[in-house]
Amino acid sequence: MSTPATAEALPVSPPAPARVRGRAVWLGRLRALGESKPAAIGLAVILAWVALAVLAPVIAPYAPNANDLFALGHPTPSRAHWLGTDQLGRDLLSRILWGARPVLIIAPLAVLGAAALGSLLGLAAGYYGRWVGVVITRACDIVLSFPVIILYMIILAHFGSSAWNIIGVLTLTKAPIIARIVRGMALDLREREYVTAAKMRGESSLYIMLVEILPNARGPLVVDMCLRTGYNVIIIGALGFLGIGLPPPDPDWGGMVKDTYGMMMVWPHMALVPCAAISSLVVGFNLLAVGLRELGLRD
Amino acid sequence: MTDAPLLDVQDLHVAYGTRGGDVLVLPGLSFTLRAGEALGLVGESGSGKSTVALSIVRYLGGAGRIDGGRIVFEGRDLVGLDDASLRAIRGRRIAMVYQDPMSSLNPVMTVGRQLMEVPIVHQRLTAAAARERALAMLAEVKLADAEAVMDRYPHQLSGGQQQRIVIAMALIADPALLIMDEPTTGLDVTVEAAVLDLVRELRQRHRSAILFISHNLGSVVRVCDRVGVMYRGEIVEEGAVRDIFANPRHPYTRGLLDCLPALGRDKRQAPLVPIPGQVEPAQAPRVGCGFAGRCAHAEVGRCTAHSIRSMPVKGAADHRVACVRADELPAWSRRRGVGGAQPGANMTDPVIAVRGLSKVYEPRRRRRRFGAPHPAVRALADVDVTAGRRQTLAIVGESGCGKSTLAKVLSGIEVATAGEVTLDGVAVGRVPIDARNRGLKRKLQMVFQNPDSTLNPSHTVGYAIGRALRLLQGRAGADVAAGVARLLDVVKLAPGMALRKPRHLSGGEKQRVAIARALAGDPEVIVADEPVSALDVSVQAAVVNLLNEIQAARGATLVFISHDLSVVRYLTDSVAVMYLGTIAEAGPVDRVFAPPYHPYTEALLSAVPVPDPDHAVARILLEGPVPSAADVPRGCPFSTRCPRRIGPLCDETAPPVQRLGADHRIACHIPAEELLRLQVPLVDAAAARR
Repeated sequence: MSTPATAEALPVSPPAPARVRGRAVWLGRLRALGESKPAAIGLAVILAWVALAVLAPVIAPYAPNANDLFALGHPTPSRAHWLGTDQLGRDLLSRILWGARPVLIIAPLAVLGAAALGSLLGLAAGYYGRWVGVVITRACDIVLSFPVIILYMIILAHFGSSAWNIIGVLTLTKAPIIARIVRGMALDLREREYVTAAKMRGESSLYIMLVEILPNARGPLVVDMCLRTGYNVIIIGALGFLGIGLPPPDPDWGGMVKDTYGMMMVWPHMALVPCAAISSLVVGFNLLAVGLRELGLRD
Repeated sequence: MTDAPLLDVQDLHVAYGTRGGDVLVLPGLSFTLRAGEALGLVGESGSGKSTVALSIVRYLGGAGRIDGGRIVFEGRDLVGLDDASLRAIRGRRIAMVYQDPMSSLNPVMTVGRQLMEVPIVHQRLTAAAARERALAMLAEVKLADAEAVMDRYPHQLSGGQQQRIVIAMALIADPALLIMDEPTTGLDVTVEAAVLDLVRELRQRHRSAILFISHNLGSVVRVCDRVGVMYRGEIVEEGAVRDIFANPRHPYTRGLLDCLPALGRDKRQAPLVPIPGQVEPAQAPRVGCGFAGRCAHAEVGRCTAHSIRSMPVKGAADHRVACVRADELPAWSRRRGVGGAQPGANMTDPVIAVRGLSKVYEPRRRRRRFGAPHPAVRALADVDVTAGRRQTLAIVGESGCGKSTLAKVLSGIEVATAGEVTLDGVAVGRVPIDARNRGLKRKLQMVFQNPDSTLNPSHTVGYAIGRALRLLQGRAGADVAAGVARLLDVVKLAPGMALRKPRHLSGGEKQRVAIARALAGDPEVIVADEPVSALDVSVQAAVVNLLNEIQAARGATLVFISHDLSVVRYLTDSVAVMYLGTIAEAGPVDRVFAPPYHPYTEALLSAVPVPDPDHAVARILLEGPVPSAADVPRGCPFSTRCPRRIGPLCDETAPPVQRLGADHRIACHIPAEELLRLQVPLVDAAAARR
């Protein structure tokens, strides 16, 4: 051969997909989401609810707490009230639209809180191991061993139920679950050679946990956060139904069911409409989680 | 049936459906395999070898599709066959052995039950008869104590034993065709040699035809009659093993041969020549010769105009090559280097000095609730080794010999239990990495084994290297970007690589980035723990050359941990052979690789696959795996497997260290003169032939 003996292989990799920065990346990711049918449907449902909640002041035909005394006699759906009214003559459509707002704020915020707290605990437990790991996992087990509904009742009855308190309670009870997932991932990831390389160049433990380990745990973490947002929607509904949710009179889906389920035999729509709203949002989050997992597996 | 081939693959087209459309992986592949014959398929990763194997058993998975052609096996075309008929053929007439034995064995079933399943299902034998068959088969694959092995679970066996079980499972139904897909990749040299010998022996006994897939020409030689060299889904050269090695006609075949370090030659005598570039992705357009883009002999026009037909080579039966210039190429001979002067071994100025180093892992819990206490694991015992400044020191041995533990103690990931390690005069044996100051961290950096885990998949190449520059050199701002570009240049990567994430990089590129990252602190010592063992031979050559160049250019000391003795011979100045945490033999490379050998060195050297069909060395096969470090033999650690064991002395007393001058030492009871008398040179014999 005529290549000089010192010739080096200059590898020519297949060109990487063009790296585009900023918004284009997000568009690309959105398009990738479209490749999974469940993810696309789930995302569509969630985005639809978000749009309705944001636009509630504009598109809601009535104020959420306005009583239409004339409708009291005929609360069923009509031209004036598309979804009918409740037992106090309040327009159900408007209340559903307005009621989407607290749910769509509280559920994701609580999940973010749980993810932040849970990730930190899980990272510490998995990365340090030994007694730190034992203390954290045992503490998580203790929280998880409580019947949650009773825990909610105790805490919310004691501190009063407000949006912030609900977020706090949900954060505390969901963080251990996230912590378990992250701990499992960290136990595996800390053995990777890139973590050793980071130690060898003198990175701090906090840097290794947050920058070297956490980003590689994000796949399962995001899927779980999505799922957990859906569960939070259910819990917020359940709290409202138990009367320890957001205080009346502002519309709250769970509270709406609580107020009207007694009239189920006479006017089923009053309870069924908010139930359907809760279900559709939960299904939306679940579908998105399923789709994300599918896409994650494919990568 | 007698003259018709057993397997006749004609014009096979296989495509994989991907997001970006269909990708034709095999564009019309043809070959035949006669009954009882062994054909080797060689080529780099991505050349389509495994796809051939999977198409034959029709295991292409959801994305793969046979688009055309025929696969005639025993007179039947497998392409159109329904699932029921395929099942009758798979396992019974065609058996397959995959690369990773652990993934072919069911972890929750005993080995015996898995073995018995084959005759019970395929030959409808009773359980008792199947057990008989299984036991006989285990004896054939030379597993000692077959009865006991039957009741074990896969995880209780070593990698070599697992692969033997898989081979036994494949052969238990007496298949007409055995397909082996990289059966020895990932095994230790000694185990690989034993498995290859076993395959060769079983082949003669069972008269099965073998389709042997490997990226290593050295292992193909040991098993096969014929070789097909594959590139981009085509067989570019095909012929008897002897013809291919004596007279390779295709530039790609020559390239693959030039990549192989020959045992007995070092970097000054015969430089490795990597094949430039890398395998083009299957979706890349293909006009004319698929190899033209990387070929030094390619001519625009003749090579690139139309597809190249395979033509017979004059003077050799059955030797065909798909190269229009095959007849014009000069005769091939293994490249010879210029033979520069060897920089004198510089042991007077050791940059790393290890004295009496021991590392014992104490059990987490001292006592079991019942029974004996947990044993401590003795990973290193009384290790002495030095690495001279600007030298390359290799540490060799099988897995479980303590090579990596030594690297970990050097780098501060683990701390020594006893003994001392000095790095450039500073005692570091008990200083964990967290306690080392920046200067000390800069002095020693590591390159790791696994290209897939050495880089963080979430970070770009530039970030990974830049971070090391920031921390080790205290650089900031634009200085970092400039440093990254410079380091990428040193490891011969384009500056644009800095923006890529590891998943867009090939294995060789990842390893280069890892080397660049290790160089960021301008270290005096680079510890490379099996940096090339996970790479293809052609890529391995490039990375080895790179390490060598960097070591020479920067005057750094390279501690190179490897189980591949040909690479070690090629690259290093001095060698330490480790066995069960002790140094069996150490010294300058030319002394260690010449008699007298420590019996362990001798066994390792004789196991090295030599890419030369005429090379026949009396093989020394080591029985069984390395003993557990939790249960080290009392006398000489090697006594349980040593082919030259002289008696109870070896079992009872630790061997004396015999100093043979010039830093060469052997830890053995047999006097060096006696060893010299008993042993044949293993290295120079091979070198002299060529």
